[in-house]
Amino acid sequence: MGIRKVAVVGAGMTRFVRRAQETGKELAFEAARMALDYCDLTLDQVDCVVHGTAPDSFDGVHMKGEYLADGSGAWRKPYTRCYVGGGTGVFAPIHGWYHVASGLFDICLVVCEEKMSSCQPHPQGAFLTIFDHTTERPLGPNLLWIFALEMNRYMHTYGLSKRDIALVSVKNKRNAADHPCSLLGDPNITVEDVLNSEVMAWPVQRLDVSPVTDGAVALVLAAEHVARRISDKPVWIEGVGWNLDTTYWTNRDLCYPRYVENAARMAYEMAGITEPRKQIHIAEPYDPFDYKELHHLEGLLLFPRGKAPEATALGITQRDGDLPVCPSGGLLGVGNPIAAAGAMKVAELFWQLRGEAGKRQVPGQPRRGVAQAWGDLMQVGTVIVMGV
Amino acid sequence: MTANIKEFPGTGLRESDFKDKKVLFTEWSPNARYAWDAGVAIGRYLSELKEGRLIGVRCNRCRRTVIPPRIFCEWCFRPMDEWVPLPDTGTVNTFSLCYVTWDMRELTEPEISAVIDIDGTQPPVGIMHLLGEVDPQAVKIGMRVQAVWKPPEERTGSILDINYFKPISDI
Repeated sequence: MGIRKVAVVGAGMTRFVRRAQETGKELAFEAARMALDYCDLTLDQVDCVVHGTAPDSFDGVHMKGEYLADGSGAWRKPYTRCYVGGGTGVFAPIHGWYHVASGLFDICLVVCEEKMSSCQPHPQGAFLTIFDHTTERPLGPNLLWIFALEMNRYMHTYGLSKRDIALVSVKNKRNAADHPCSLLGDPNITVEDVLNSEVMAWPVQRLDVSPVTDGAVALVLAAEHVARRISDKPVWIEGVGWNLDTTYWTNRDLCYPRYVENAARMAYEMAGITEPRKQIHIAEPYDPFDYKELHHLEGLLLFPRGKAPEATALGITQRDGDLPVCPSGGLLGVGNPIAAAGAMKVAELFWQLRGEAGKRQVPGQPRRGVAQAWGDLMQVGTVIVMGV
Repeated sequence: MTANIKEFPGTGLRESDFKDKKVLFTEWSPNARYAWDAGVAIGRYLSELKEGRLIGVRCNRCRRTVIPPRIFCEWCFRPMDEWVPLPDTGTVNTFSLCYVTWDMRELTEPEISAVIDIDGTQPPVGIMHLLGEVDPQAVKIGMRVQAVWKPPEERTGSILDINYFKPISDI
């Protein structure tokens, strides 16, 4: 197909905070500069810029991609902003990947930014318009409904308890205590804390959910001949996949994310992965809610359907377990600035596979990882496989 | 790298900084208004709701009968073949007890949202609606329910012509 090899050669991120003093473009600049500094590049060496950011309505700024362009180093360069809902953070690096893999560009700067705090009184207001305006919105749905409906269906299908699922939140918030940028890291949180937290939309409770967050993450992508010159250890993008399922979400079984499986199969085929559970050493699935990590691990074919909770209870997904899952702390712990959250997962794989994750480092010199994000009206899956 | 960097950029503000106006900001409240056309399929759906009826559509190629109606089969990518009147009964596929509004104000009585698989669809598919006349703690997946309609004179051709679905016991 004439696809060139592409590597991630630099990454940067801001702290994830509930409300940042910095504007969106200031956050974007800080992350982008850190990523360029990491690989000793200057902006004039960057051939093209890709930006990922979630709905314009968060910021109340139409053409938000253009608004954030200077903070992303994009002026007078080929520039596009991409958006696939919550899946954006992993899709933006994919978007950057095909800019470079195609041979059009050698170096691509990928910047993902989100400033959710601007939207008053609560950023959930920006999500109310995702429901069908004629058949659903008159019922007054809020975003929590669909997560609660999906979580309940998942629990019912496989006979899972709230406790089985709360273990994910505990693991990720504890992992995040070791992340210098985390918003909700907590080394002492317990299952009881999660089970006793405020009920929002049963079965969803406060500590089952990731927080509203501001933050930015940037990555530098380079073609093979450049990557080998400027990086001592390029982290190769071995496979990418994305997939969209029906928006008639009440017409499909919510217990299983088939679109994640489709995206994963696309990425695995490209990466030559035939046995994901054996060939993948770290997973960073999207975890805006604790049950979503389990859901996505099954969609990523890392555990059989309904078996991810058991693996979690056995400690397999702990940082020192057989398959570390969200060693970063994930969205539940580090925070969930939509597009930046997904890109944080890709940055985590970059640091983990280079052995630079510090206190979060997964033991055993992992060689391959998968990152995944999810979004829209619960039906888009985006997957990246990276390796050294 | 995260292991080597001591200071990450990004300055967190407290809620109080914002409330006490220790940081500068501007505000804007847009007044956006829209009028959405119901379209062909949903137009028919709404006019049937006004008559106190549910209606779906069937694709003879993939042999699905689905609700809400649509004029084309999204999988076969061809026009739907026929309108199919459906009963106003169904089965709770999944549900939630929601104790907060979208802007995080507490509700003392939960709103019970649900996906209700409508009888007569094939394979069973649902619509989102609310449950009522039921103890929230007694709601179960698999529970049989029926639509509770507004009186005919109050119906407007809206999904709200059904107040909610309530439990029934099958004969």
